[in-house]
Amino acid sequence: MADIVSSASVPVMLGAKCYPTALEWIARRAEALVIPLAALIVGMALFSLFIALVGKSPAQLYETMWRGGFGSWFSVQNSLSRAAPLLLAALCVALPARLGLVVIGGEGAIVLGGVAAAAMGVAASGAPAFFVILAMGVAGLAAGGIWIGAVGALRHYRAVNETITSLLMAYIAIALMNHLVEGPLRDPASLNKPSTEPLAEAYRIGNIPGMDVHWGLVVGIIACILSWLLIEKTRWGFAARIAGGNVRAAQVQGLAVGPLIVGFTALAGGFAGLAGMLEVAAVQGSANASLAAGYGYTGILVAFLARHNPLAIIPVAFLLGGIDASGGLIQRRMDLPDATVLVLQGMLFVVILFSETFYGRFKAFNPDLWQRGDLLKRPDLLKGTA
Amino acid sequence: MDATEIGLWGVPLAMLGGAIRVSTPFIFVSLGEAITERSGRINLGLEGTLVFGAMTAYAVAVMTGSPWLGLLAAAAAGLCFGLFHGWICRFRGVNGIALMLFGSGLAFFFGKPFIQPSAPDLPAIPFGGWSDVPQVQAALNVNALFLIGAALAVFLWWAFRNTRAGLILRVVGDSSDAARAMGLNPNTVRLIATGIGGALAGIGGAYLSLYYPGSWTEGISSGQGLMAVALVIFARWNPLGCFAAALLFGGAGALGPALQSVGVTQGYYLFYAAPYILTLVIMIATSSPSRSLAGAPGELSITK
Repeated sequence: MADIVSSASVPVMLGAKCYPTALEWIARRAEALVIPLAALIVGMALFSLFIALVGKSPAQLYETMWRGGFGSWFSVQNSLSRAAPLLLAALCVALPARLGLVVIGGEGAIVLGGVAAAAMGVAASGAPAFFVILAMGVAGLAAGGIWIGAVGALRHYRAVNETITSLLMAYIAIALMNHLVEGPLRDPASLNKPSTEPLAEAYRIGNIPGMDVHWGLVVGIIACILSWLLIEKTRWGFAARIAGGNVRAAQVQGLAVGPLIVGFTALAGGFAGLAGMLEVAAVQGSANASLAAGYGYTGILVAFLARHNPLAIIPVAFLLGGIDASGGLIQRRMDLPDATVLVLQGMLFVVILFSETFYGRFKAFNPDLWQRGDLLKRPDLLKGTA
Repeated sequence: MDATEIGLWGVPLAMLGGAIRVSTPFIFVSLGEAITERSGRINLGLEGTLVFGAMTAYAVAVMTGSPWLGLLAAAAAGLCFGLFHGWICRFRGVNGIALMLFGSGLAFFFGKPFIQPSAPDLPAIPFGGWSDVPQVQAALNVNALFLIGAALAVFLWWAFRNTRAGLILRVVGDSSDAARAMGLNPNTVRLIATGIGGALAGIGGAYLSLYYPGSWTEGISSGQGLMAVALVIFARWNPLGCFAAALLFGGAGALGPALQSVGVTQGYYLFYAAPYILTLVIMIATSSPSRSLAGAPGELSITK
């Protein structure tokens, strides 16, 4: 009896004696922060090199970027406005990623969500504003959810590669949108830029009081928090994490992996569709080709940079929104092409994916290794446990 | 003969011509991807390579006046992208989606000054000289690259089976362990295979900007690099199959413009989506959860 007690207490005692548990706690979590931050810094350093090579000043570039994206209340509001759709677009990548799926066609769900919401807004006009806006939201959620949910279903039930399917479906969605806004849903008054009929002023979503940022930002942040709760605090999220680690293991445990995958991808697509709805209801006022503005693609980068953690998506979306927002200023001030921002994003993405290889490689982040090392160095401590 | 006299016959004719025109980039990208996938790796970043190749070819052709030099430069640029992809993929857990964004971003950055000037086109050979019908002449005006692509498909089909390099490639793709036992380094073989795949994708991009559609714009590629990945699976990693599948995809891509040429404008955008829908249907039809595909390289993965 005494033996059992002592053997159980040794590891705990070791941990308590040699390293404060708080330090272990920090070390375990630091990896997910330190590696992406280091990757971010390396990416920006490489980009500085690139800018220097094309004969411009990296310092001036970053200074302009700061001014355009973060330096004043005006630019912060601009960045926050751009972050709103990015939050939802990034969730479209992050949620399936927790199940081990690489879905990169969120752009299609955004576009269709926007069209569905615009059509709903026109069809339901006359009803009280609250119901119309709610119906538009549901329409956007449903359109995006069906679109990406189908990708998940094809993945699970037909073993079709979800990465390729989702991108193909993004192209199809954009073609469908072009067809609808130039054909059946076209407002005859929109001459130069074919659009659906404009929403009545009452059905548009306004700004957060005191800010020049629409309510979509709040919706996006709530969606991120709810997603985090779903993944970390519910049994579905727990099941998803198991299935993401090993599908076979999840099936052996009796988890319904199919409905889980379809449910998660549909929710992910629904969020992207909601982003499209917000673009229509808060920014454009109607559905048109501007819906395919690339938020779906920037969202991929946001999700990877946040390591598919919904809470981390919030600051990362702000950062990327700011970089996006500074594109115009960089173009005007420094006489660089507007694609400069795309180069930076591409470089960051390459470095971020490259950094995946470093997870689990550093002893500093893994307290288990500290202890094992100590036990090896001090065999006398092991005697009691044998 | 008057152009309107052939009436609806114009649709299949325009589709044949369109299939030949539109399929050429598919042929090169899919042959390149077939080489890469035979080595056991899927390169999802080819879309970026294609766009960068298109820009490089156009820029070099504008500056030197020679489309062939442009083509060569595009192949070299594609090789660099492919090698970079190959190098980055040898690390654990890394995949190449990022190069899709990076390649396009770089191409748009450097391509900005070349949107205005016009570059010399790659030459085409008029096989339709025997006919008086302008549509027939247009359809049979075949670009040299199409013929090179066809020859390359036959050569690769032969080479995969009958050459030492082909054997090495297949061994590495089917089993890294077997390859190591033979004294081969799978990483090196995959690096070379990805590099060659990138070079061919660059040539596909050069065709886009130097022949059809024949100018450099930021929307030059409409997913050809991505569809090629699906096309290779459909073709069961067989180069001759790639050629046939590319023609099929080209025909689907030509459907919209062909219908438009005879005055059908209704639903133009839906016809424009035909190649994507075709790709999707083919992928669904050829995938199965219970068995792996016949002819699939044993080691095939996007993170290898």
